[in-house]
Amino acid sequence: MSVGYDDVVRMIRAFAATVAEQKEYLTELDSAIGDADHGINMDRGMKAVLAKIDGQPPTDVGALLKTVGMTLVSTVGGAGGPLYGTLFLQLGTATAGKETLEASDWAAALDAAVTGVQARGKAELEDKTMIDALIPARDAYHQALEEGATFTDALRRSAAAAEDGVKATVPLVARKGRASYLGERSAGHQDPGATSSWLLLKTIADTWAGSD
Amino acid sequence: MKKLINKPEDVVREALQGMEQAHADLIKVFYDPYYIVRSDAPVQGKVSLVSGGGSGHEPMHGGFVGAGMLDAACPGEVFTSPTPDQMEAATKAVNGGAGVIHIVKNYTGDVMNFEMAAELCRSEGIDVESVLVDDDVAVQDSLYTAGRRGVGATVLIEKIAGAAAEEGRPLKEVADICREVNANARSMGMALTSCTVPAAGKPTFELGEDEIEIGIGIHGEPGRERTKLKPVSEIVEQMATAIVDDLPYKKGDNVLAFVNGMGGTPLIELYVVFNELAKFLKGRGVTIGRNLIGSYITSLEMAGCSITLLKLSDEFTRLWDAPVKTPGLRWGV
Repeated sequence: MSVGYDDVVRMIRAFAATVAEQKEYLTELDSAIGDADHGINMDRGMKAVLAKIDGQPPTDVGALLKTVGMTLVSTVGGAGGPLYGTLFLQLGTATAGKETLEASDWAAALDAAVTGVQARGKAELEDKTMIDALIPARDAYHQALEEGATFTDALRRSAAAAEDGVKATVPLVARKGRASYLGERSAGHQDPGATSSWLLLKTIADTWAGSD
Repeated sequence: MKKLINKPEDVVREALQGMEQAHADLIKVFYDPYYIVRSDAPVQGKVSLVSGGGSGHEPMHGGFVGAGMLDAACPGEVFTSPTPDQMEAATKAVNGGAGVIHIVKNYTGDVMNFEMAAELCRSEGIDVESVLVDDDVAVQDSLYTAGRRGVGATVLIEKIAGAAAEEGRPLKEVADICREVNANARSMGMALTSCTVPAAGKPTFELGEDEIEIGIGIHGEPGRERTKLKPVSEIVEQMATAIVDDLPYKKGDNVLAFVNGMGGTPLIELYVVFNELAKFLKGRGVTIGRNLIGSYITSLEMAGCSITLLKLSDEFTRLWDAPVKTPGLRWGV
């Protein structure tokens, strides 16, 4: 079994809905250590994504994900725009021309996305950024496949690892982004970017559950 | 939240529409995506300067578009970096064939968006040089932070480099002037009150009735110290000491002293600050060759001020004095 074009559309719609629901929460996390706009910016971006995909004929999975990336780049602003834009652009580039996604396609897409986000933001693990959710998620996904897990089980384990990664950002002192201005005062707060990344991975796991 | 607005989501667009009508002789405004260009752009054969950043810092940057300063500015949402498509469109609109300089304040979002824009422009054959502004001494500059923030020096760079570009200097030289101004400028800000981002609807941070934040950023980022309100002489001494000791500025130096209002502080208080600053600098043997006093790089309705010092060379002084004709800064014309 595999994930089809319509499943990817469903996932994007579900992520937009999640971001809209969690807008206040993400913004609140950001107000503690950032500039209180993460939820607002992501919500504006995902609403623009919905408007964009509603108005265009179906393409392939890669083109769809690239459209999401381009739209986020041009509507989110801040650091979230280039970072989430790059994430989706890389997912799209890695799946260019595909009508369906197998577990191995998603492995390659996750690799490309994480590499792209790191190249853009230059963050390492434990800098207290979205990377702290993305790298554990990518690694858990690979490990699950190596252990013979199904596609949906690997996605579930990937989302769980992202959640652990988010929790692990709480005690960290930020070394990148606006939170780094706080120095030691950034410890004790959960990173908003890691949180939205986990929400994305959780949405993917939830919407594609039962795809195998 | 008490503000003179219609809807929070319309603030940036409606402010641009107001600017466009008020300054039709100086600037042109584009809306899809947002960018502002000087009315005679592109100026053929001249190096063009493009800057941009979140809105809420007016008159920066849009108010500094015009002859002798910026060729274009890209306004983002309030306190949110503009996006690469804005910067790309603005760069193309003002490119007069001699190259374009992107003046980027050192904030993670601004840096990444301008980086993507520069990649797009270069892939289309436009010669783009990016210069980073990072003059805020409140932030420790280390591998473990995003680095110092770009604040007051941005205004001085845009004016001085704008004059150099107007003289017909080549791209590399104008970019070097930007970097040289940045290297010789240091700033620090302070807040008496917080500010409220229209879309957020509540104050960015909480400050007690008798508290001030020393070292505040222009988006309400935390500073070095939260302390009780004290006489302005002590506040200015604390800020100026941090600035002067950082470069350092030495006895015999000639500086441009820029006392900037954060948006909610009246000019009368800025003059009091300038008076204290002049006393302080005199005590250090530093002379004030030029000054700028007023609200030029603001943080919405935040009350407070920032101080920027720039060590002047004869060339900087000459370029500072050169004519400028923009909505926010105008002399010699």
